[in-house]
Amino acid sequence: MAELTVVEAVNQALALEMERDERVLVFGEDVGIIGGVFRATDGLFEKYGNARVIDVPLAEGAIAGAAIGLALAGWVPVAEIQFLGFAHNGFNQVVDQLARVRYRSAGRFSAQVTIRAPYGGGVRAPELHSDAFEAHFAHAPGLKVVAPATPDDAKGLLLASIRDPDPVLFLEPLRGYRQVKGPVPDGDYIVELGKARVAREGTDVTVVAWSAAVQIALQAADDAQAQGVSVEVIDLRTLVPLDVATLASSVAKTGRAVVVQEAPLTAGFGAEVVATIQEESFFSLQAPIRRVASPDVPYPVQMLEEHYIPNAERVLQAVLATTRD
Amino acid sequence: MKEAARAAAANLDGMSSIPPMARYLDQDGELLEDQPMSDEMALDGYRVMLRGRRFDERCVSLQRQGRMVTLAPGIGQEAATVGAAMALNQKTDWFVPQYRELAGQLWHGYPLRLAFLWHVGHPIAFQMPAGLNMLPFQAAIAGQLPQAVGLAWGLKMKRDPGVVLAIFGDGGTSQGDFHEAANLAGVMKAPVILLCQNNGWAISTTIQQQTASETLAQKAIAYGFPGVQCDGNDLFAVYATVRDAVRRARDGEGPTLVEALTYRLGLHTTADDPTRYEPREMHDAWVDRDPLRRMQLHLMSRGVVDRPALDRIEEEVKEELRVAWDEAQQEPAPDPRFYFAQVDGEPSERLALQLRRFGR
Repeated sequence: MAELTVVEAVNQALALEMERDERVLVFGEDVGIIGGVFRATDGLFEKYGNARVIDVPLAEGAIAGAAIGLALAGWVPVAEIQFLGFAHNGFNQVVDQLARVRYRSAGRFSAQVTIRAPYGGGVRAPELHSDAFEAHFAHAPGLKVVAPATPDDAKGLLLASIRDPDPVLFLEPLRGYRQVKGPVPDGDYIVELGKARVAREGTDVTVVAWSAAVQIALQAADDAQAQGVSVEVIDLRTLVPLDVATLASSVAKTGRAVVVQEAPLTAGFGAEVVATIQEESFFSLQAPIRRVASPDVPYPVQMLEEHYIPNAERVLQAVLATTRD
Repeated sequence: MKEAARAAAANLDGMSSIPPMARYLDQDGELLEDQPMSDEMALDGYRVMLRGRRFDERCVSLQRQGRMVTLAPGIGQEAATVGAAMALNQKTDWFVPQYRELAGQLWHGYPLRLAFLWHVGHPIAFQMPAGLNMLPFQAAIAGQLPQAVGLAWGLKMKRDPGVVLAIFGDGGTSQGDFHEAANLAGVMKAPVILLCQNNGWAISTTIQQQTASETLAQKAIAYGFPGVQCDGNDLFAVYATVRDAVRRARDGEGPTLVEALTYRLGLHTTADDPTRYEPREMHDAWVDRDPLRRMQLHLMSRGVVDRPALDRIEEEVKEELRVAWDEAQQEPAPDPRFYFAQVDGEPSERLALQLRRFGR
């Protein structure tokens, strides 16, 4: 078992799947000779050449739309959108087209397509390179949305995503790309989509997070422990479909919940998590569910971003507050 | 220096021009070139054009009776879509429609029964029968084009002999998806024919409001492949133009943009009122260029059919429509479970729960 970063784990999954399934194509902007701007596709071009690792024109609509057509022709496309913020240029193709291929063909066609995109803030990137836009895509029936936090999940979930017969938006934690390291099993394994992970067991408060926010939640849990509060951290891993059972069983135990999202508060995916807990576990709750989110302000430029995105201190304060409610 | 500039200018001239519009039949059905297909095939083409025309007329009437949903008839544009479809090999080639190509889709194998079900809002109409190389109708203008290019590119990489015909309208050429798709097609030399039905109107927006380009075909020059125009109300011109584009695509020479100049003689949709924007004399001038009338005159002057034979074909088409409409009406109403089942290959627990709750 090797110690890998998240981006190395992504790279390993891509290499493994290209080797295993010759229908897999990797394409996008700068995925070829340079190996991706984050090196997620490093070494693939050298091994498979431009027949299966393909640089394409800079147009997200064409990337997502072409992925549909490539899937219809029998390929298994794994497209890279360089930063999630730019997926909006191809929003129609992702949300109105790709997500609905099976539905709008009444089952005749399906699109075994994975769109990978790094997302989230905290690495002092330019405008639109840092926003947590997951909720825009989680609202599209037919599109699975996967957001791993750790290297071993990144590999296992990416392999599961590529093999899923339907489209998956695979969101990679930009901040975790190199900051988060961990043991990654060698060889082939999958982490089932739609299953959350108990990242840390606890008894007093459930903290729900996904992607890079999981690290913040874990740090806040350490800090809370020091103050005598036992926090259970749930890493959703997959936003769509949402693992309701794991949320419900955790809240049944703790009776309190805090949901952490990097995105602005209003209509974020955290609201869906809160509503679901409320529906499923209302009678277990001993306090209102709290949310920790960014303010309803667009993602700021670099000098303000530390102030903007949730940190462990804000999560800790929410955890402590909910124990007093 | 001057010479180099002149050479560059001359080169630019060559690049910025498109060939003269292809035309085989004049307005009165007189042949201007050799007929590019057999008489038998021409008659088959005429029959499918007529089927499309009478289908649309029937459906507009049924819609007015409240028996159909809002629909977009292709009246006046039958030659553009059927002529293009006739240039395809149904076994290998794909037809990717917008939503005003039904006559061409009928040629390619889309069943009339499903066409009727489309207009009553039955989801099964979007399920292309197994073996039919066709994507479903597309409401997002030009949204099908990146997909068609991806499909063509994918076929090419698989060394599959198929080519893709993707149809859209003049309004579609303003969409980013058109430009992104054309650019990608050029780069990948995708075996795709981008067929623009320039019918003069995007609902009420004229072509002059749509673009400052003199032609739509010339937009292909920017993407590095040929753009050609054909008389879209001339079955032979459309057929021959698309046939050449198909040949290029199959030979690995890449995409072609075909601009078929036609005219929407009917409504944008049944919710539209062209009297608010369409000059009457413009409409009347295009009635004289009706593609069906033109083929009738041609087939009669060539002795392929006489008036009684045309009347017989009318009767046969009428009967086909009657039978298909009867069949369509026998289709069971869709069960809500049907659409729940098409979201994912395997419905999530969450969706299964919603079905149980909705089912109550």
